[in-house]
Amino acid sequence: MNTPVPARANAPERYYNYAYLDEQTKRMIRRSILKALAIPGYQVPFGSREMPVPYGWGTGGIQLTAAIIGPDDVYKCIDQGADDTTNAVSIRRFFANVADVATTEDTGEATIIQTRHRIPEKPLKEGQVLVYQVPQPEPLRGLEARETETRAMHAYEEYGLQYVSLYENVSAYGRIAATAGYPVMVEERYLMSPSPIPKFDNPKMAQNEAVMLFGAGREKRIYAVPPFTRVRSLDFEDYPFETQTWEETCALCGAKDSYLDEVILDDAGDKMFVCSDSHHCAERRAAGHVGPMAGHTLDQDAALKEPAQ
Amino acid sequence: MNAIPGRIAPAPLLSVEGLTKWYGHVLGCRDVAFDLRPGEVLGIVGESGSGKTTLLNCISGKLTPTSGEVRFDTRRFGLTDIYGLSEPDRRRMQREEWGFVHQNPRDGLRMRVSGGANVAEPLMNLGGRHYGNMRQATIDWLDRVELDTRRIDDKPRNFSGGMQQRIQVARNLIHGPRLVFMDEPTGGLDVSVQARLLDLLRELVRDLGLAVIIVTHDMAVARLMADRLMVMKGGEVVETGLTDQVLDDPQHPYTQLLVSSVLQI
Repeated sequence: MNTPVPARANAPERYYNYAYLDEQTKRMIRRSILKALAIPGYQVPFGSREMPVPYGWGTGGIQLTAAIIGPDDVYKCIDQGADDTTNAVSIRRFFANVADVATTEDTGEATIIQTRHRIPEKPLKEGQVLVYQVPQPEPLRGLEARETETRAMHAYEEYGLQYVSLYENVSAYGRIAATAGYPVMVEERYLMSPSPIPKFDNPKMAQNEAVMLFGAGREKRIYAVPPFTRVRSLDFEDYPFETQTWEETCALCGAKDSYLDEVILDDAGDKMFVCSDSHHCAERRAAGHVGPMAGHTLDQDAALKEPAQ
Repeated sequence: MNAIPGRIAPAPLLSVEGLTKWYGHVLGCRDVAFDLRPGEVLGIVGESGSGKTTLLNCISGKLTPTSGEVRFDTRRFGLTDIYGLSEPDRRRMQREEWGFVHQNPRDGLRMRVSGGANVAEPLMNLGGRHYGNMRQATIDWLDRVELDTRRIDDKPRNFSGGMQQRIQVARNLIHGPRLVFMDEPTGGLDVSVQARLLDLLRELVRDLGLAVIIVTHDMAVARLMADRLMVMKGGEVVETGLTDQVLDDPQHPYTQLLVSSVLQI
């Protein structure tokens, strides 16, 4: 990564350093990433920089991506699983601009995938890096407000407190009702908040082939799950961990095993369920899968010739 | 204490020696020494500012003393200086073998989680991972401290002060500690609630054979709860002895003043 970047066609009008951050900052972040990979699940403090987006919009993830990206990378960015949401489009365009990388919506061909709230449905491969945007890296924060205390708890592996939140869940709802940001144990040592991904995605983190990096910009923490790491979701002996299931299938591609979003269609209470992973859904539809509400293909020429009444 | 001939005095559970705490130039407590045996209730009395709470915090591992030793008969290491243990060992020992009842239940409870979860937390801290068993233990303990078990899932803020204190007592006894510290457990409660809570505490302490160190400025509480008293003034212990002996026949002028200033109705 230290090889000099070759001059680009637009070099004269380039205003920012390659990948936006200056080289010293990127080195600092890379050092933190290496430490995080060496101690899976441990939150490494780093000097988070001001980014051209507000906190909460993915400043941690953008800094991680900026530190690891190179001109031959292929970049994908998703928000809630979708490639086409405003935030995902903006961040993708940002890196296309400042890092001259190719961008894609294809999970399979991306080398760096920046995500918020989802892990793509398609299994990740060796050589891919999944970058998470994390709002609150500390899983114990909701129960223990003191940072000194939570640090001691991590240091001494005192994780009984996390079970209090699960206990509350079971006593209030009769099951572990927590759905997103479900706490996990990494390599049976560090308790980790997997950022607000749905617990549906938790099992995908275990023994994953890809590198998973987590960046929290406001909280100034980086942590990581290296490839082939044990990741276990917490549970009780009599209330084992389980993921969400749906009775419905995806209305567009008919998928039965993907994470579905509920979309309200009108005031009469009609609704549809669609894959939250837009690329997964599009790929299935292209392969000929049809869901119950899939429409006809648009004939644009016909629409132009015969405008609606 | 003189040993009774023909009987071997049990080994001390807690042994404090030369305990001194300075806050810069201000004295917290000076040269305190005592032994506490299993099942014994020690009262620490004195006016406010006399160093009672400093002493309690030093003994309970919350505040490092300037000098002196606090030795506790730990299950894993035997009789050992708690400040000589590594921090994780000390924290584990505190979790497993001690309880701490605060004066203000807000200091001792997690106000954001339900009463039931507050009571069950020590079990989870000690590795309890079976919800059903912990739930049952919680219900049993709420019953034992005479709380309505149907209110198990209410938040602490929805309980009255006396009830919050009962939750705190249950939370500090559920894991079977051997030593419980109490800092003015009945302060801030009205007299009838105070009397019932004291009655309950006395019963539990006797039933469980707990050793207790109770800090109070209330002579009535001391009389009811404590086997032995330590009277503190200006950071120093001025008189010790059996409770009835100290209260009925005070020797030190300050103790005499303290006993005579109790309001009579």
